[in-house]
Amino acid sequence: MSGPREKDEVSGVETTGHEWDGIRELDNPLPRWWVWLFYACIAFAVVYWVLMPAWPGVHGYTHGILHNSARATVAEDLRALAAQRGAEGAKLKSASLEQIEADPKLQAYALAQGQSIFGDNCATCHGQGGTGGKGYPNLRDDVWLWGGKLEDIQHTITVGVRSGDPDARMSQMPAFGRDGMLPATQIDDLTEYVVALSHRKADAGSVARAAPIFQAQCSACHGPEGKGNQAFGAPNLTDADWLYGSDRTSIHDQIWNGRGGVMPAWGHRFDAATIKALAVYIHVKSGGGQ
Amino acid sequence: MTVVINTVGSGSHKKVTGKGGGSSSGSGGSGGELYKKREPIYPKLVHGRWRTIKWLVLVATLGVYYLLRGVRWDRAPNAPNQAVLVDFTHARFYFFFIQLWPQEVYYFTGLLVVAALALFLVTALFGRLWCGYACPQTVSTDLFIVVERLFEGDRNARIRLDAAPWSFDKFWRKGGKHFVWLLIAVATGGAWVFYFDDAPTLMKNLFAGTAPMTAYISAAILTLTTYSLAGGMREQVCTYMCPWPRIQGAMLDEHSLQVTYRVDRGEPRGAHKKDASWEGRGDCVDCKQCVVACPMGIDIRDGAQLECINCALCIDACDEIMGKVGRPAGLIAFDTVAAVLAREVGQKPQYKFVRSRTLYYGIALALVSGIMLNGLMTRSSVAIDVIRDRNPTFIRLSDGEIRNGYTLKLMNRSNSGTTYKIDFVGPAGARVKAVGAESGAGALSVDLGPDGQRSLQVFVTAPIGDDQPHSVPAKFVIHSPAGSAEKKTVFLSGDEGR
Repeated sequence: MSGPREKDEVSGVETTGHEWDGIRELDNPLPRWWVWLFYACIAFAVVYWVLMPAWPGVHGYTHGILHNSARATVAEDLRALAAQRGAEGAKLKSASLEQIEADPKLQAYALAQGQSIFGDNCATCHGQGGTGGKGYPNLRDDVWLWGGKLEDIQHTITVGVRSGDPDARMSQMPAFGRDGMLPATQIDDLTEYVVALSHRKADAGSVARAAPIFQAQCSACHGPEGKGNQAFGAPNLTDADWLYGSDRTSIHDQIWNGRGGVMPAWGHRFDAATIKALAVYIHVKSGGGQ
Repeated sequence: MTVVINTVGSGSHKKVTGKGGGSSSGSGGSGGELYKKREPIYPKLVHGRWRTIKWLVLVATLGVYYLLRGVRWDRAPNAPNQAVLVDFTHARFYFFFIQLWPQEVYYFTGLLVVAALALFLVTALFGRLWCGYACPQTVSTDLFIVVERLFEGDRNARIRLDAAPWSFDKFWRKGGKHFVWLLIAVATGGAWVFYFDDAPTLMKNLFAGTAPMTAYISAAILTLTTYSLAGGMREQVCTYMCPWPRIQGAMLDEHSLQVTYRVDRGEPRGAHKKDASWEGRGDCVDCKQCVVACPMGIDIRDGAQLECINCALCIDACDEIMGKVGRPAGLIAFDTVAAVLAREVGQKPQYKFVRSRTLYYGIALALVSGIMLNGLMTRSSVAIDVIRDRNPTFIRLSDGEIRNGYTLKLMNRSNSGTTYKIDFVGPAGARVKAVGAESGAGALSVDLGPDGQRSLQVFVTAPIGDDQPHSVPAKFVIHSPAGSAEKKTVFLSGDEGR
C-alpha cells in the first residue's frame, strides 16, 4: 500500500496491485447500500452476542440473555417424540397380535419399533440380522425351540428361557457323559444314532446298539422319532438345523455336556406394547409362520 | 464485452467509461472512496414497438402469476382440485394432468436443465431477452415505475420533485407511491403461498388469522423483497446481486443479436440544425433520449455493457427522434457486433444464426427436452421398488430349502384404488409369501388405495442344491388394471458368487 496507487489506463480505475498473467484487478468501490448492509451485519452480530450463547470462556461460555440451549431444545423434542409415540403405541396396547400383523399401518409401526428394540437388546446374542450363532437360536428360519406362533414368541420374550423367572421356559438336557450317566462307548453310539436321524450316513452297528438307549434316555423329550417337542423346548434332531453344530464332534460334545443357554425375561424391563411390537417384528421377519 | 466493442470503429468516437454508467461516468473510484454513491435513475416513458411488447409480456407473466392459483382441475374426489399445487403435507406436486411424487424429483431437475439450456440458446441468439422482458425483477420494477409515474409524473417531474423541499404535495405523492407499492408487494408475496395450499381455503384462513405461521412468514418475506427489490434496489439488483449478467456474458459472441448503437451510421455525432445538411456527419443528434429512457442508467452508445438488459427501450426512444429529424429508424437496433464491424469497412453484414455455439445449445436442449417428454409420456402409475434383505442375505430352512427376504415398496400413483398381482420370476420351484397379503396361484394379491403406497415384507423359498449357482437373477412383476411394472433383483443361496 505504499506509494501512489496504479491506475488502469482504459477505465481510469485504481487497481488493487494484484496481477495474474497480465490481468490486473480493478479496485472499484462497493455500492453504498452494500457497505450499509455490512455495518448492519456487524450490528446484528453484537445484538446476537447479547441474546444468544456466543463467547467461550475458561470455565464455560456466555449464555446470552435468552438462555437459548440446543441441548434443552433436543430434550424438549425428545419429550414431544415420547408423547407422540405414546399416542401411536396406544393402538399397540389394545390390538391383538394378529390384528397388529394384519393391519399394514400397525404392522409397519410395530416393525419399525421392533427393529430398534431388537437392535438395542436382542442383537447382542441373536445378531443384528437375527440369525443367531452357535448356542444362540436363529430367529429368521422356520425352526422354533419354544414355538413360532405369535403368542409363543410373545411368551418366550416375556418370561425368558432358564431366566430365573418363576414362569420361565425351562428345560434341561442332561450331561450324560460329564455326570457319568452313560458310559463313553454308549455316547459314541448315540452320536452315530443322532447323525443317522438327520438322514446322514452313519455306522450301522453303532445305530443298532444305540436304538434302545435312545428310546430309554432321549425319547421322553425328543420323541421316539427324534422330532423334538416344543412344549419342553426339545430340538428336532431330524432336520438340518443344529443349535450347537451338526458335525459328530459337536453332537458328541452336546450329549456329553448337555448345554442350555439362558435368555433374560424381558417382561421385567419392557411394557406389554413393546413386547408385542418385538414379537410381531420377529414373527414377520422369520417368514410370518411359514 | 467492453473490450470487444472497443475494437469496433476508429476509436475517435469512443467515449469509454469505467463502469459504462452514462450518468455516473468518472465516479469510478478515482478518489479511492470506501463506497460509491448510487446515482438515481429516472427512466422516461417511451412509446414504440418494444415498449408495447414489454407491456404485453408484463401483463401475461403477472397475469399467470396472480391468477393461475384460481384455476381448478378436476382429478378425483380424494385429490385436490387446484391446477397447480405443491402439497408439502402429502408430498405431492400437481400440475394440471401431471401428478408427481417426491421420488420423481428428477423431473424438476430436468426442468431446470431445460430452462438453463433454453436461456443459453436464447441468449446466444438474441442477447439477454430474459433480463429485459421476462425476469420477475424486470417485470416488477416496470410495474413499480408505472405507479411512480402515476404519483410523481414522468422523468422531469420526478427530478424536480426529488430536488424540491418537503411540502404537502411532495409528501402525499411520495406516501401514495409507497402505499401502492406496498399493496402490490403484499399481493405479490401473498400470491406465492397460494401455490402451496388450497387457494380459496388459505385465503379465508389468512384473513381469519388461522393460516399456518409458515404462510404468514413466507408472504411477509416475499412482500419485503418485492417492495425493496422492485421499489428501492431496481437496477442495483441486476448490476451487483444477480449472477446471470456475468454468466450470460459468456453466452454472447460477435454474432449474437443485441441492442446495438450502430456507430457506423451514428458517428460523428452532434447537434443538428433543421434543414442543415447530413453530409459528412453521423445520424446521431446527441439528443440523449436513449440515455434518459434507459432503466439501467447507461449510455448504449458506449457499446455493449454489463449493465445492459437488452430491453430495447432506447430503440423506441431513438426511432421516435429519427422520425422527427427525418432520418431512417434503426440507429439503435437489434444488431450484431460482426455486422457493425462489416459495415464500418464497407462490407455487407452477414448474420449467422447457426453457429457451433447455438448448434450445441440447440442439440442439448432438444435432447434433454426429448428425454423429459419421453419420461413423462411413458410414466406409469404403477411403480415398485425392491429392497433385498441384506442381513441375512439368505436363510437355510430346516428342510434344506433356501429362503430370501425382500421388502417391496408398492406405489399406486393413480387416483383410484386398485389391486396389484405380484409375480416372482426366478429359480425353479420358487414360492412367494408375504405377511399380510393373500397369495394364491403363486402370485401375491395386494390392495392399494388411491394415490397410495405400501411396503410389504416378501419371502421367496426355493429348493437350491449346493451345486447350483449361488446367485440367480430374478425379478418382481406387477400386473394391475392400470398397467404393469417390473424390478430386477437376485436370489442368493451362498456367500460366494458362483
